[in-house]
Amino acid sequence: MADTALLGSSGGGFPRPGGTAVVPRAGRWRGAGFWLVRRIGSAVFVLWAVATLIFLAIRLIPGDPAEAIMGGPGSQASAAALEAARAEYGLDEPLWVQYLSQLGRLATGDLGTSYALKVPVVQLLADQLPGTLGLAVGAWVLAWILALGLALWSGLGGRGAAVVGSALEIAAASVPHFWLGSVLVLLFSTAWGWLPPVSNGSAAGLVMPVVTLALPLAGFLGQVMRESMLTAMNSPFALSAHARGESESGVVLRHALRHAALPGVALSGWALGSLVSGAVVVESIFARPGLGRSLLQAVTLRDVPLVTGVALVSALAYVVVMAVSELAERAIDPRTRDR
Amino acid sequence: MSAAPLLRVDGLDVGFGGTPVVQDVSLYIGRGECLALVGESGSGKSVTARALLGLAGRGSRVAVRTLDFDGTNLSGAGQRAWRRLRGSRIGLVLQDALVSLDPLRTVGREIDDALRLHTALSPAERAAKVAGLLESMGLAAADAGRRAGELSGGMRQRALIAAAMALDPDLLIADEPTTALDAEAQAQVLDLLAGLRAGGSSLLLISHDLAVVSAVADRVAIMRGGRILEQGPTDQVLTSPEHEYTRMLLRAVPAGRPRGTRLSAPTGRSDARPHAPDAKLLDSSPSIGGPVLEARNLVRAFPVPGGGILHAADDVSLRVEAGRTLGLVGASGSGKSTTARILLGLDVPASGTVKLFGEPWVPLPEASRRPRRTRLGAIYQDPLSSFDPRRRVGAILADALAAATTGGAPEGAHDPAGLLQLVGLEPALAGRHPSTLSGGQRQRVAIARALAPGPRVLICDEPVSALDVSVQAQILDLLDDLQARLGLGYLFISHDLAVVRHVSDRLAVMRDGRIVESGPTEQVFAEPRHEYTRALLAASPTLATDTSD
Repeated sequence: MADTALLGSSGGGFPRPGGTAVVPRAGRWRGAGFWLVRRIGSAVFVLWAVATLIFLAIRLIPGDPAEAIMGGPGSQASAAALEAARAEYGLDEPLWVQYLSQLGRLATGDLGTSYALKVPVVQLLADQLPGTLGLAVGAWVLAWILALGLALWSGLGGRGAAVVGSALEIAAASVPHFWLGSVLVLLFSTAWGWLPPVSNGSAAGLVMPVVTLALPLAGFLGQVMRESMLTAMNSPFALSAHARGESESGVVLRHALRHAALPGVALSGWALGSLVSGAVVVESIFARPGLGRSLLQAVTLRDVPLVTGVALVSALAYVVVMAVSELAERAIDPRTRDR
Repeated sequence: MSAAPLLRVDGLDVGFGGTPVVQDVSLYIGRGECLALVGESGSGKSVTARALLGLAGRGSRVAVRTLDFDGTNLSGAGQRAWRRLRGSRIGLVLQDALVSLDPLRTVGREIDDALRLHTALSPAERAAKVAGLLESMGLAAADAGRRAGELSGGMRQRALIAAAMALDPDLLIADEPTTALDAEAQAQVLDLLAGLRAGGSSLLLISHDLAVVSAVADRVAIMRGGRILEQGPTDQVLTSPEHEYTRMLLRAVPAGRPRGTRLSAPTGRSDARPHAPDAKLLDSSPSIGGPVLEARNLVRAFPVPGGGILHAADDVSLRVEAGRTLGLVGASGSGKSTTARILLGLDVPASGTVKLFGEPWVPLPEASRRPRRTRLGAIYQDPLSSFDPRRRVGAILADALAAATTGGAPEGAHDPAGLLQLVGLEPALAGRHPSTLSGGQRQRVAIARALAPGPRVLICDEPVSALDVSVQAQILDLLDDLQARLGLGYLFISHDLAVVRHVSDRLAVMRDGRIVESGPTEQVFAEPRHEYTRALLAASPTLATDTSD
């Protein structure tokens, strides 16, 4: 804070301290080591916090987990059967013993057995993860392509394109997944019959879920990218580039595009959150197996181990995406390296 | 020098959305000649320069009778023809290299642009040329791999000039090339520009700084309101100006004007005129010359990104006296602003003390400082960013008055209207938003707000650096009047030697966190003892003109 104030008053510059190499190589490596240790530390903290919150949330809401084990709410299980289930899953122990033993199991990678499906949670996750990963990555890539395309078009196309581009982005960003998915099914499956309404693993079946997930994200990304693209296009460095003989498209490709990408990269963590929550809806609409649908079922059936597992995987994905986006940001913008 | 000028412009008009910004501008630049285009913000000088590159901007309408560059008619030239000229035959250098070089690209790539676009050289040959260019500008070849933000102000400005000069253009257009620089860096850049002209290039220098212009230009054109008022040889225009506006500009230059002389013409508003010191106010404060703010042995250092330590304040001692001005001068990054922050109690020194009216001030818990905060005010370079943009001037001043716990506002200024009159503004301005005010009006409002709690000391951190010379003159005169009327003690921080000399009774010269020299202003200027002070004086261009009228 204090040093930025000092530098700010002098237009951001101060005399270079001595020789030509600003950061010695050894220092840079030590910096990278610190960064990694800090990242891993915060990842462990996030996973612990998620596990704790899930544990507390599920125990605090009314209802009996033993009932869930015996076939969910409304099952006609006898008192003796419920008692046996409680003993088997350790639910008769004090809360803090349950909490500690669960943390211990999680620490060794044992996510337990699904109450409802009686299958190890690790195996369930391994089965469901690829489908959701494919959906999320596909949607993320499509969203970036659409957002960059919109930003480029409105950056180069003048005032009219900027207005139309902005309207498209707002419309896309404000459409809810369930509505968009339903409309797509009505048009492309029911009315025209071009695409299967159920996503069953074929390439054609992936199109509508990916588009449903990608469009709202593309709207958000497009808005922030266009904003910083236009700022860059109107900046003195763009004028300088023009004055060196650079063409309009040269200025966009060599200067503005990078500035446009920065906020998109910075929003990656948020984008992942939107993709995960969107996947819950999209996988249900298109009857597509995946983590999102598993999460929905697990919550409905009070399947504590499965909910915990899905939440932990999402949290881990979030931590990884944040680390990667920070690295990408550092690569694009050297100014962020000293933060 | 051949008979035909390199560039001839006749009847240039530029308008944005029906509003004319440049009207009927005609000028010429001979080969190897430097023409200076002088004017204040909004005079149309930058738009004129950009129109000469075919870059007047989006939504502009450009019309010109003749636009002749080296025998080629450019009026109505297509984008392709313009692009062939830009960077290869006409170069452009803008004001602030921090934003005029892409912060995400290395300066090497920025310099390489012109070579890549206009020559058939291989990447290796271009890299060698870039290294050579950097070295010829006094930078290291290794600097090619660094970005603008990693270079000092002077270095990045030279890198920007290297990018514009990569292909030795016949004409270099330099738009305020030294305005963002301190005296030393400015001298380096001016030397560079002189060297380029010695090499045969022509120069169109756009500036508001008459001292710079007089040092560099062969001819001067004075612009105002989109029109050229007069043009002619530099000596003639600066010594016997024909136009009243030119005379006003020259009168406003503080260089060589002793302390106490007025720089601006009378505004006709009685409140801004000098008053006899307000006896009632002076009773309660130390007499003129008594110490009001005293710093002893302040030390403050910051870690520099990538290792190392920046000594922002290294054993700094200074004293501000009632009714007097202490000037603090130094290059960017010399620690002036850190010192100001410590004096204001906004930063904590590693060691050292500050006393306010003889009582301890720093270090002290904020709670015991707060009742006395009203005695200390501050104004800064950019007042706009310190105003809440949603609040009107009246509300901003009312807030400041409400915050006054002790002391109270100056006599006759207990409400926003009175405060506005005190700083020479119409009370009607209270209903306006700060963003709708001119730069000079904003700084006056900032001064009014600083005065509202009735401070006895004002810390002025580069208060006129962002202002045009004529507005700067009015603000400097206002500060003088207020000091005479209210007995205020000023700490006046600036990188501009001429301004500091004009306003200060005593002067402290700061370098790398140390005060290298201090004393009565005229004595320091007449007999500088420290070599750094001598270098600073030598680096600062002066305007030697007779403006007595």
